[in-house]
Parts: sequence; C-alpha cells; structure tokens
Amino acid sequence: MSYSLSHLKALEAESIHIIREVAAEFRNPVMLYSIGKDSSVMVRLAEKAFAPGKVPFPLMHIDSKWKFREMIEFRDNYAKEYNWNLIVEYNKKAYEEGVGPFTHGSKVHTDLMKTQALLQALKKHGFDAAFGGARRDEEKSRAKERIFSFRNEFQQWDPKNQRPELWDVYNTRINEGESIRVFPLSNWTELDVWQYIRMENIPIVPLYYAKERPIVELNGNLILADDDRMPEELRRQAKMRMVRFRTLGCYPLTGAVESEADTIEKIVEEMMTTTKSERTTRVIDFDQEGSMEQKKREGYF
Amino acid sequence: MALSIEEFLAQDERKDLLRLLTAGSVDDGKSTLIGRLLFDSKRLYEDQLQTLERDSKRVGNAGDHIDYALLCDGLKAEREQGITIDVAYRYFSTNRRKFIIADTPGHEQYTRNMITGGSTANLAIILVDARQGVVTQTCRHSYLVSLLGIRHVVLAVNKMDLVGFDKSRFDAIVADYKGWLAQQEFTIEDLQCIPLSALEGDNVVTKSANTPWYEGQSLMDYLETVPINQDINMQSLRFPVQYVLRPNLDFRGFAGKLSSGVVKRGDEVMALPSGKRSKIKSIVTYDGELDEAFAPQSITLTLEDEIDLSRGDMLVHPSDCPTVGHHLRAMMVWMDEQPMDSSKPFYLKHTTNTTRAHVTAVRYRVDINTGEKLPTEGMRLNEISEVSISAASPLMFDRYADNRQTGAFILIDPVTNFTSAVGMILAEDEARRLGEHTVVRLSEYGIEAEHYHIIEKFCKEFTRRTGIAIECLKE
Repeated sequence: MSYSLSHLKALEAESIHIIREVAAEFRNPVMLYSIGKDSSVMVRLAEKAFAPGKVPFPLMHIDSKWKFREMIEFRDNYAKEYNWNLIVEYNKKAYEEGVGPFTHGSKVHTDLMKTQALLQALKKHGFDAAFGGARRDEEKSRAKERIFSFRNEFQQWDPKNQRPELWDVYNTRINEGESIRVFPLSNWTELDVWQYIRMENIPIVPLYYAKERPIVELNGNLILADDDRMPEELRRQAKMRMVRFRTLGCYPLTGAVESEADTIEKIVEEMMTTTKSERTTRVIDFDQEGSMEQKKREGYF
Repeated sequence: MALSIEEFLAQDERKDLLRLLTAGSVDDGKSTLIGRLLFDSKRLYEDQLQTLERDSKRVGNAGDHIDYALLCDGLKAEREQGITIDVAYRYFSTNRRKFIIADTPGHEQYTRNMITGGSTANLAIILVDARQGVVTQTCRHSYLVSLLGIRHVVLAVNKMDLVGFDKSRFDAIVADYKGWLAQQEFTIEDLQCIPLSALEGDNVVTKSANTPWYEGQSLMDYLETVPINQDINMQSLRFPVQYVLRPNLDFRGFAGKLSSGVVKRGDEVMALPSGKRSKIKSIVTYDGELDEAFAPQSITLTLEDEIDLSRGDMLVHPSDCPTVGHHLRAMMVWMDEQPMDSSKPFYLKHTTNTTRAHVTAVRYRVDINTGEKLPTEGMRLNEISEVSISAASPLMFDRYADNRQTGAFILIDPVTNFTSAVGMILAEDEARRLGEHTVVRLSEYGIEAEHYHIIEKFCKEFTRRTGIAIECLKE
C-alpha cells in the first residue's frame, strides 16, 4: 500500500497545522478576512482545523469603505450563515474627512484606509497574532516572507532580520507589544486556491464570475462603476462589458478582466491558460518600484 | 482520448508535491536555471516577462539574454547590491507534479539561509560550472544537503555550451565529484548527474541534440518522475498532540499533524511521556471520519479511555517507541548574529513541545569546506557543531536520520526571542543520563549472571510501558 497525498491535500494539512499552532500558542489571535477568494479558503481551513468544535478566534474585516457593494453583502450573509464572530473596523477619522481614491489618490487612500486602519484595529483589540491570506506567489517581496512573520512594537517588518524558519517548528515567542502575522496560505498558488475552491465547493463573491457589468476604462484598467461616488463624468463613459475580477479590493483600485468564465470550471481553465499575472489588476502595486515591499515594511499585509 | 474539463481537473487535483532546493551562486547560473524552469513550464506571465526584459536591459548582467536572476532578487536592497539575501520561494507545476523551489544564496556567510530553505526539501540541485568543475562551494553544499537529510541530489553540470558540450569534461567532473564523495563520512542516497546549459536550455526541459552521448533524463523529466513517496517514514507512528478539542462534554479530541507513520481506528496506542495506553476510537476530520490516516495529514484522534493527554505529549504504537529523555547529542547550526552564551537557559522547541534547555557541551566544530572536525569553544553565526543539550522536560525524539520531524528542534533566545540555532538529533546523550541517575549493580544484590537476561527483558518491557528508562549495562 502506498501512502501519498495530492498537492492540495498536502497544502491543506500544512495550513491546518499552522492555524492550530497559532490557536495553541497565542493569547489573542484574529483572522483577517478580506472577503476575497484567498480569505474564503483560509476561513474554510480554520473551520477544518477545529471541527467538530468552533473556531476559537474571531474574523476581522478592515473596511476601507470603498469595497465593492457585493463584497459587503457577501460578507454579512457569510458571517451569519456560518455563525462567525465577525469584527468590522475602519479608520473613522479619515473616513469622516472624506478620504477616498478619487479625491486623494491610491497611495494616500491605501495608507490611511487600509494600513493605518489595520494598525489601529490591531492595537485597539490587543491582538498578538493576525492571520492573513497572502501567498508567496503573488509578488516578489512576499516570496521572501516567513509563514510566521515577526512584527516589532511599531508593527513593522524587517526583511533583512527575519527569524530562520525550519521544518514545521514555528517560533511563536514575542514580547509585550510585539506581534506575529501568520500566512497559512504561503505555499499556495493562485491556481491551487481555485482548484481547492472547486474541490471543496467554497462560496465566493459573485464578482469572480464573468457577467455583463458597467465598466469604465481608467488608465488602462477596467473599473466597475459600482456607486455614485465615482465622478459623474467617468460614470457617463461606462459601457456594459463581459468581465470578471481576479482579485477584489477597493473598487476604484481593482481592474476587471474580460472573460467569459461564468462557472468555477471555466475559471480554473482560464487560470491554466492565462498569460497575465493577477496583480496586473491591482492598481496599488504600480505606485513605485518595490512598492509592495515598502507597504509591508510600514505594516500593510 | 479527450478528457472533459471536469475529468481533467479531477486528475490535475491529484498531482503530488515536490519541494526542492537549489544551491549554487549567481555565477553558476542558478537563477538562470530557475528562470528557465519557470519560463519553459509557462509559469512566467507576460507582464512578468515584460518587466524582466525591461529590467534586463536596465540593470541586467546577462548581455543580450534575459537576466533571469532579476526574477528571484525581489527586494530593493538585493537589486541594488546584486546579491540574493534570503530564501525566496518559487512555484510552478507541470502536468505531472507541482513544485516548490526554495532559492537560496551560495555565499558562505549565508549558510543560515540555505539551511532554512532546505529543511523541507525532498531534493536538491547542486550546480557546478562546467569550466570550473567541483569547487569548495560544491563540497560545502553537498555537506549541508546531507546534513539536512535531503535524499535526492542532482549534480547539475551547467554551462556545457562553454566547454563545447564535451563528454570527457562532463565525465571528469562526475568522476571527480564521486571520488570526493567516497572519501566523506556522509553519503548521498540518490545522485543524478546531468549536463546542462541553463542559458541555452539544453537538457533543462527536453533532451538536447548537443549531448547525444548523454543517456539520462532531462532535468525536468527527472524532477517530474523521481519517486518521493518513500521519503516520509511510514513505519513509526509519531503523533505530537498539538491542540485539545473539547467542543462539548461528549467529545475530547486530540488534534495534530502526523509526523510519521500510519494510524488506524482500533490501534493500541501509548501516550508519552506518561506511558498510559488506550485504543484509537475514531479519526475525525471536517470531511468525516477516516479508517486510517498517514503522515503528514492533519487530523483529530479520539481515544477509548479518558487518559491524561495535552499539548506537547505524543501518541505512538507501544511496539515502536521513540527515545524519551532529557539529554541529547545533536548537530547544531548557529543562526544568530550574537554568538552563543551557554549560560543562557534557552527555549527548545521540538514538535509541539517547548521546554527550557542548556547547551552543556560543544564537542567539535565541522569545517564545512573539508568535513574536518575541529576543536572549538562556543558557537558563532553559520558554525556547525556537535553539541550536548539538556532539557528541563523530557523530549520524545528519534534520530534525525530516521525521522526529520521528531529528530529536529530549534533553540530560541530567551531575551531576544530570535531563533538562535537549529538542531538535528544524533542520539541520546547516555553519558549524561547515567551521570544523573541511580545505578543499581545486580551483583551487589547477589543476583547471578544467569538471571541478567530475563531482568533485561523485563526492564525493556517496563520502559516500553511506562516511558521510564531503565538501561541495562554489562560491566
């Protein structure tokens, strides 16, 4: 008899081990929930890790207030249906000052509504470990980050001074005020995530499926006219196009791709043949050279 | 026969996973080789390729060719300095397998990174430049690969285009390498030597017409077919309890990942270090109960009896126990900029067990270039030494050579919390143990030698049942 795990089952086992390790060794962990496909997989893995029991930590969504409307709808239904303890936080001060990508640009918006909002929320709740759904295949600086990634008291990442990480023995020790970001999906690729969603029948936001949507072309990106905060003159240019989203985030900063893939099988097939990486649809990556690395150093996931 | 998309996907989801380490310096064409594997398996996207072409012209070092090295040097500091400073992970898959590459630098000061990148690898590619042949670095990498217990090694003789694809040159390098290996104390279980040109693509994915004399597989072909399901120890059940699940009064489950071996419903198991026995009542997962589970699955076990069991304990088969002890000898690699301060009570983390530990002796240091054992004191960054360690709580361990999971540990600095060192267990430190324990001389009790055999048998069974060690020695 030969014992061998498929790559998806091997990745699943590794992720479950990581999630349990955090629950066992940290006082107050939280799982960051971005509502995207990776989060959906991560949340399912957490449910698997503690079945038949309940997951011993909450989900937290950092709401930039500029997410697609369908994401928020999905989030609330999902949390209710699966009986999750969901925390929603946002940067109240910046929100009241009217910060947004159309008025302040992607850099300022991302810093205030995502990075600062996250840091404030982590501090407010005193979380000592936060799970994120980031994968190493997403971007060059992520490829070098540990699964258990240490953050100093200012929540910063120091890529040159990372703790060695060997086998599956994770160093979880921290001092007061310090924390660890944990990435259970580190070794998953975009294709793995989609294959797993198909295999496990995991619910995802409908925006991932191709559909006719009102689209505005903005600096080469296909942006959805999602609400009337998009300036009137832009909204007027919107045309119905058959598109889907490969990644989800703030709607003005997330480009759609032309696609006919309206089932999970067609999405996987598209993934296997595509010639473009998923981050081409994310506006924030192109701000400056090494921009993701810079954001990570400052505390962004 | 054409497959439907559903059939194709179902088949694709069953591919297995191979983790590999690449060792060599930029000069050996390591990054070029990785870039080539990604490129030729179509895992480089158009936009990544465009960025690469743009960067190659701007800051590349590969002349008119695309500088694949730029793909792997992800951090700003690296691009500025033109070196790779840490382990980077790369992913690609073919129709037959999914691969994870740990790309690590080859410079001596970065031994730490190679050790980090290689700890989970099934296979290592050691690159040599066909013009240079076997150099000090080749020997160093081979030693580290064997220290990490990586069973499959590819000696990739690169830049064959620069020596005119000369068979005799290739043969000489292989003979040189095998000759050197034969003189070493360590062995490499499965060695494959392949002549390559990473830059031109010869023997990388398809067999090259430039090397008609080479009868083996192309590198990719080999990576896709090398059998790895024998690499995990399936003989000895080792289940470190990671987390205790108690969702209600009727359910008490022990969650964890199987380090090695197979567990079946109904199996008799022993809890360590207590030595208490019970039977497996059920193997629980989110997807339903299983009849059996095997390493490295993450599962939850329930037992027939209510025995005391918590995180850090281990479930094993009573007929096949690990060593239970406080004292061990190990090969240790120092990973910290700060040299070792042996007066520190370190934290030692082994499987799911964390305990205080002292380094009681540093026996010798290994010169990783020659394999020579040198007298030494203390430990500094990138040094590899044999040490003796004493732990405050008992550890349930195996030799690293027998079990990569239960034979490995990390040492954490109690002040900085940095992972200061990593260790691979050689054996229990018997001298140490006997020094601290009561020795009973049977002759002093008037017990005759003819009874020693049956007493030894009893002691073995006692140890097996209780986890309390009794060692029988002949004087």
